[in-house]
Amino acid sequence: MMVSRGATRSPVIHEFEAVIVGAGGAGLWAALELARAGVRTAVLTKLYPTRSHTGAAQGGVCAALGNLEEDHWEWHMFDTVKGGDYLVDQDGAEVLAQEAIERVIELEQMGLPFNRTPDGRIDQRRFGGHTRNFGEGPVRRSCFAADRTGHMILQTLYQQCIKHEVTFFDEYHVVDLLVDDGLTGGVVAYRIADGELHVFRAAAVLLATGGNGRMFRVTSNAHTLTGDGMALAYRRGIPLQDMEFYQFHPTGIVGLGILLSEAARGEGGYLLNDQGERFMERYAPRLMELAPRDLVSRAIYMETRAGRGIGGQDFVYLDVRHLGREVIEAKLPDITDFARIYQGVEPLTQPVPIQPTAHYAMGGVPTDIEARVVVDDRGTVLPGLHAAGEAACVSVHGANRLGTNSLVDLLVFGRRAGRSMAEYCRSAAAPELVANAHEPVRAELDALRTRGVGENPNHIRAELAAAMMDDCGVFRTGDGLRRLVPRIRELKERYERARVQDAGSIFNTDLLEAHELGYLLDCAEATVASALAREESRGAHFREDHPERDDGDWLKHTLAYRAEGGPRLAYKPVTITRFEPKPRTY
Amino acid sequence: MQVDLRVLRYDPERDSKPYWAEYLVESGPMERVLDLLHRVKWEQDGTLTFRRSCAHGVCGSDAMLINGRNRLACKIRVDQLGRRISVAPLPGLPVVKDLVVDMEDFFAKYRSVRPYLVNEAPLPARERLQSPQARARYDDTTKCILCAACTTSCPSFWAQKSYVGPAAIVNAHRFVFDSRDEAAQERLEILADKDGVWRCRTVFNCTDACPRGINITQAILEVSAAIVERRI
Ligand SMILES: Cc1cc2nc3c(=O)[nH]c(=O)nc-3n(C[C@H](O)[C@H](O)[C@H](O)COP(=O)(O)OP(=O)(O)OC[C@H]3O[C@@H](n4cnc5c(N)ncnc54)[C@H](O)[C@@H]3O)c2cc1C
Ligand code: FES
Repeated sequence: MMVSRGATRSPVIHEFEAVIVGAGGAGLWAALELARAGVRTAVLTKLYPTRSHTGAAQGGVCAALGNLEEDHWEWHMFDTVKGGDYLVDQDGAEVLAQEAIERVIELEQMGLPFNRTPDGRIDQRRFGGHTRNFGEGPVRRSCFAADRTGHMILQTLYQQCIKHEVTFFDEYHVVDLLVDDGLTGGVVAYRIADGELHVFRAAAVLLATGGNGRMFRVTSNAHTLTGDGMALAYRRGIPLQDMEFYQFHPTGIVGLGILLSEAARGEGGYLLNDQGERFMERYAPRLMELAPRDLVSRAIYMETRAGRGIGGQDFVYLDVRHLGREVIEAKLPDITDFARIYQGVEPLTQPVPIQPTAHYAMGGVPTDIEARVVVDDRGTVLPGLHAAGEAACVSVHGANRLGTNSLVDLLVFGRRAGRSMAEYCRSAAAPELVANAHEPVRAELDALRTRGVGENPNHIRAELAAAMMDDCGVFRTGDGLRRLVPRIRELKERYERARVQDAGSIFNTDLLEAHELGYLLDCAEATVASALAREESRGAHFREDHPERDDGDWLKHTLAYRAEGGPRLAYKPVTITRFEPKPRTY
Repeated sequence: MQVDLRVLRYDPERDSKPYWAEYLVESGPMERVLDLLHRVKWEQDGTLTFRRSCAHGVCGSDAMLINGRNRLACKIRVDQLGRRISVAPLPGLPVVKDLVVDMEDFFAKYRSVRPYLVNEAPLPARERLQSPQARARYDDTTKCILCAACTTSCPSFWAQKSYVGPAAIVNAHRFVFDSRDEAAQERLEILADKDGVWRCRTVFNCTDACPRGINITQAILEVSAAIVERRI
């Protein structure tokens, strides 16, 4: 039915015990756990579940199965901690590395079509930063299904959700998080089909909304990865943790940012500069192309800055020709296809031009290892609120995530979130809804489409993405970041006066994209403030004016709280259990 | 170069019937139709409406009818199409607005074939074994991204909307030929229905339309053969 604009409409109210926002790997696994526990749960997603960006993950999911050579979860844990430049909370990394094994096996049992070894077990390949015996050399730890591992995970989990009759609200865009008096109350969602607001009352809420790569101009992330869950929490006074740590993946398609998985290097691909040198020799003599991503991305920039980019330009080559057609077609079919379609390059016979692309947020909504959201440096939990997946920061990735560890994160902490929510729902009920809980966000949405005249929000988005790419990318300086602070404030002010062209109710993506821009601006503000304050270089955060890691002052997590006039920063200690910080060489 | 982009538009809040809108858009040869649509939406007319997410052919959001064929807007380049490009919603599904169609019935049909592994045997402590050959048997149909390009290119579907359609059969195939699965019989019974595989006339439109290169007609024939073999 059509509803006229401007008239006061009351929202549709739904009552559930638990609400999950997001149907990627993290949200779907949590949904399965809640279904198994018999908790009345709604999964809200702005995309059809199978459109979630988990489906884009290519290379694999690590677990120390030891199917092809000796491996141990302790080695996986060590690699995770070292890869994260010792900012990783080691209690979390221990859980991650241990439970990875059970979760991958469970996925197989759910039907995931992994590639197989000749004797029928799950096949495994090498991946950046994953080593045997605490750093001796690469190990085969990544379990994979060609270069479509994420697609298979997303499909398999969605299939299981169908089997378990999970209740989905597809194409419901969550626009507000209800927190009242220190208790979680539910969410407000905008139904995309007709523009109606729906209030979901629930005791437990999970934010599983994925990343925020669209802050940057060149990114591997989907258009819809706009940091929604992070910003929703931030707006409710919850801090964002470690936002300065944003990963640039070394091998994106030039200009477009579409990813060519590290699996290409895991299978033996080379990186070459203009002189045909395997330049990683200079930066990581032991692991070479399989060094962690922060190092490889910086190495590519160093080469191009020194004039050794291809033809003196800002890219280098990824070369897989020597792997042969058979390996390429069996193990890297999709990414070779991407090179053909989006670059017009034939990887069987030509090297592929690549450059770093904005890829993964190590930071996010802070949680404990039960995926409960914690709001300060003392581990205080906000009852009922949970976060998992890329939107969350456990922190198992520290200052730099290893390849394949995000998918592990989804499985391990998505499941833990579901269990922890089920446990919470056994004793807690949702607080009464505040009258007109949906009013503030309705006013916001109405203003975007009804204010007299206003700037086109798409211009603001383009300027934000360009500015972040220039001054908050692989290399950062105090000067550049100081420039960005007023720049983002200015963009936020302009956003307050922006106006979309589509004033309709039905499938108004013009409005929703503008609303997403608001989320991105909040994420960018927290990212820049955190990056400016951290006067050291660690993992993905590289300050040219402070090029060394400084454990004395900076072995700590950043918490950015929303405040008048810009974020307020606080810090919390890193949990160290087994591995004392050491210099990080590969 | 300049591209002459025609889009079949319809907004139920404003229009009494669909109409062709024309836009002149600057484009490089390697750009994709999705880039053109974005350029129109972001620079010329914010009301132009379409779904999209990943922008590189893996999420299945942006299947549409482009120069008379179903394709993903993010996976077809301008140089493959020429300077005159026409874009319309997928045929055969109700239009919600502009290029957005109602996908509910499509997903309901997908769910109807029990698209999940069924195996009630006690779980082993480790992974179940499957030989590389057994794994290869159903590889092709694991690639489906549920974009609906196949089903909405099928004349049998256009003629009979109750037909379960190629996409659902592809997803049944993925399990019927998986050595670990135990529910082939039930799925084949579902597909032996009057709205199941027998509606396929092997026109091959689905195979041509599939952006993932799945040999869909082959998959449908294999499912039909299995039904005959088991005398369902
Ligand atoms: C190209 C690419 C390749 C990758 N390859 C690998 C790999 O090989 N191995 C690995 O470990 N990691 C990989 N990663 C990283 C990994 O895929 C992601 O970090 C992970 O999939 C994120 O999953 P998620 O469940 O947190 O969120 P997503 O899968 O991104 O899902 C987010 C969900 O939230 C929903 N949502 C968002 N906002 C809202 C809102 N406001 N209202 C309602 N719903 C909302 C969306 O609809 C969606 O369902 C890759 C990433 C990319 C981009
Ligand atoms: S936008 Fe994902 S398939 Fe085209």
